[in-house]
Amino acid sequence: MDHSKIWLTIIQALLFAISAPLFVGITRWVKCQLQNRTAPSVWQPYWSLNKLFHKEVLTATTTSILFRIVPFLVFSITLVIAATIPLFIINATGSTFADVIVIIGLFALIRFLLALAGMDTGTAFGGMGASREMFVSSIAEPAMAMALFAVAMMAGSTNLANIISHLTTYNLYFSPSLILAAFGMVLVALAETGRIPVDNPTAHLELTMIHEAMILEYSGRYLALIEWSSAIKLMLYAALINNIFFPWGIAHDLIWDDVGIGICAFFCKMVVLAVALGFAEVSLAKLRLFRVPNLLGVAFIFGLLAVLIQIIGIN
Amino acid sequence: MLTKETKKDIEVRKLNSSEWQKIAIDTARQGYRFAAIWAQDLDENFELNIVLELQASYLLLQTLIDVGNPSIASFTPYFPAANRLERHTKDMFGIDFIGHPDRRRWTRHQAWSREQFPLRKSFSVAKIPGKVTPPDSAYSFLPVLGSGTCEIPVGPVHAGIIEPGHFRFQIAGEDVIDLEEHLGYTHKGVEKIAEGRTVNQLIKLAGRVSGDSTVSYAWAACAALENAAYLTVPERALHLRALMSERERVANHLGDFAAICNDVAYSFPYYQLMRLKELWLRLNGTIFNHRLMMDCIIPGGVKYDLGAWHIQELQKQVTDFRSELNELLFIFEAHSGLHDRIKATGVLTEKQAKVFGVLGYVGRASGAKLDLRRDLAYPPYDKLEVRVPVYEHGDVLARLRVRFQEILVAFDLIEQLLNTMPTGEIYNSWVSPNIITEGIGLIEGWRGEIITFVRLGSDGLVERYFPRDPSWFSWPALEQLIHGNIVPDFPVCNKSINGSYSGVDL
Repeated sequence: MDHSKIWLTIIQALLFAISAPLFVGITRWVKCQLQNRTAPSVWQPYWSLNKLFHKEVLTATTTSILFRIVPFLVFSITLVIAATIPLFIINATGSTFADVIVIIGLFALIRFLLALAGMDTGTAFGGMGASREMFVSSIAEPAMAMALFAVAMMAGSTNLANIISHLTTYNLYFSPSLILAAFGMVLVALAETGRIPVDNPTAHLELTMIHEAMILEYSGRYLALIEWSSAIKLMLYAALINNIFFPWGIAHDLIWDDVGIGICAFFCKMVVLAVALGFAEVSLAKLRLFRVPNLLGVAFIFGLLAVLIQIIGIN
Repeated sequence: MLTKETKKDIEVRKLNSSEWQKIAIDTARQGYRFAAIWAQDLDENFELNIVLELQASYLLLQTLIDVGNPSIASFTPYFPAANRLERHTKDMFGIDFIGHPDRRRWTRHQAWSREQFPLRKSFSVAKIPGKVTPPDSAYSFLPVLGSGTCEIPVGPVHAGIIEPGHFRFQIAGEDVIDLEEHLGYTHKGVEKIAEGRTVNQLIKLAGRVSGDSTVSYAWAACAALENAAYLTVPERALHLRALMSERERVANHLGDFAAICNDVAYSFPYYQLMRLKELWLRLNGTIFNHRLMMDCIIPGGVKYDLGAWHIQELQKQVTDFRSELNELLFIFEAHSGLHDRIKATGVLTEKQAKVFGVLGYVGRASGAKLDLRRDLAYPPYDKLEVRVPVYEHGDVLARLRVRFQEILVAFDLIEQLLNTMPTGEIYNSWVSPNIITEGIGLIEGWRGEIITFVRLGSDGLVERYFPRDPSWFSWPALEQLIHGNIVPDFPVCNKSINGSYSGVDL
């Protein structure tokens, strides 16, 4: 096995982790601009994480060991996903394990752990948040699977690296199937990362929260780890959308010129997505909780249509 | 003891305590609205007062209760709106209301022992309660049993900068089966503190009953004092009072409008409206020396006068705000996502509004039309044209639209007030009547009708002060309108009502 590729995989995971707060920072900056407010620096999420890491940890007396290990598990699993999803180069070592079914499963595992931790606190809000998170994900997960299966069918493989290289090789950017799958994937990503219109990441009202209610009892470095994982998760979804549906400029192999272009292209696309997310969050209101299935139902239908188009064979 | 001036608006009927139940049945049948109840300790007797209203004409029922056996028929079976106010009176005076359906305490948490009644004259304020009040964990909420149901305790301390109050939800999944409020956490002893104060101290206190309504409370207390002492207020002072009252209304409506947008995560209008509110408050600070215009109203008039430059600034601000708000209204009305959230959410039917005697914008969104500025036309509103927007749907959207229209009405009123500003003095000096005298003040605050009762002793000091906040009726309405809604919609329902905690905890 090529050692440089192993290093590349590790570097890629670290890059994800390091740049994720910046992505959040840019989104917030865009939102502030659109709201006519003075924006905090785009580096603010780093200072916030740093602050949390230095704060005292308080845990409720009713919690078990589970509550304390979940943040570490969640963070590690997030890093594993970060190592497998292609960032700016397709054929890194990690990408040989980048099976879409595995990725969907790992995301589900994170949610499962957080929901357990939420219920472990024994508070009304923890349980409520966990119940809502599971409710949303039970509809979001099949929709995500559909969207990813559509592209898997196009490439004839469930491996992300194969999918992306197939799409770039045959220039299949504008096939109807891909466009439908992209719409579905964007809706799912909004739901899964707890953004408006499904959840409000800046909510302060405990009764309306989904994700935030579940992690309400966390503090200090535990909270920092969870917040950091959330930021990485947001970036992972953004990377998935970017690299599957807009894979322009991604490097196939470890050729330095291509990698350079890949990195530049990747970061430009991420900034575009962050800006788009900011725009969406400012102009949308949060949906009523029981309207969320309608939104995700649409996502599922998009995915389903994309798959059907593949089966019928229009390309 | 009420003076002639007060009687102009209020018909006083002295009754025997045995007639109490009969009058309750009769007035309920005639369609009266329950407006207030308060008691006072007259040494040998307790005097109980009830205010009822029918088509803006007020009826004051009075009776004497024996101190040795303080009990009387309850109004609650005939007027559900009387529920908490009677419990408050019971907690404070130890008067037993026979036939009251709810035997639990209300304002009284665990601060006083069973035999202590803080508003009796024999109760001394000093050293009671002790430093630490025991927790109020024994308060029994109505449980909901059955599989799949559970209880969510929320508060008294909440996320965000709002006042403390406990909410107990009984839910099945996300559906709210029942909601019970437990308030009283901001009890400051306003009624007791007022005893023995000078009138100036009283007005200062009145301005602090509920901070967001400081102008209305101070005005209501002044109106009560002025009625009691036959003190006339200069025209210019009345105009200035109304000006401040309308500015208070606008500031609060702007803030709540913003907060409702924030509750549904629609951030653009939230920040725009908060920016406007801030500019509005800053001009208050420049002109009235206080952003909320606290302590600007004094007995007999107002403290600060306006210069020509001020009038210009105020007029200009109204013009600017009107165009900005119309632009925001267009965005608001065109946003289908926002409408989806707030339309048919938290519906208070016209019937419910009537049963609970709901006031102000909450009432006016559910077809209850009362607005004292128009219906009682107390000066200076007798010379102004007051338009009262009324909607029927009773949902969050209707309450928002009422508020928005009220802002525009307030703009018109401010312009009318500034254009017709009389010249002359801004206050007449307070002259103590030096006899025992009583007065009632009726003012339309931004939440609705505020009733204030004041009794002065022969030494010119306050013997009794009772302010009745409109929230006494909107809090129970909130418990009703949440039925059939889901837990995540509670904050937006609550904000659309925005009851005062401090105003009812007293």
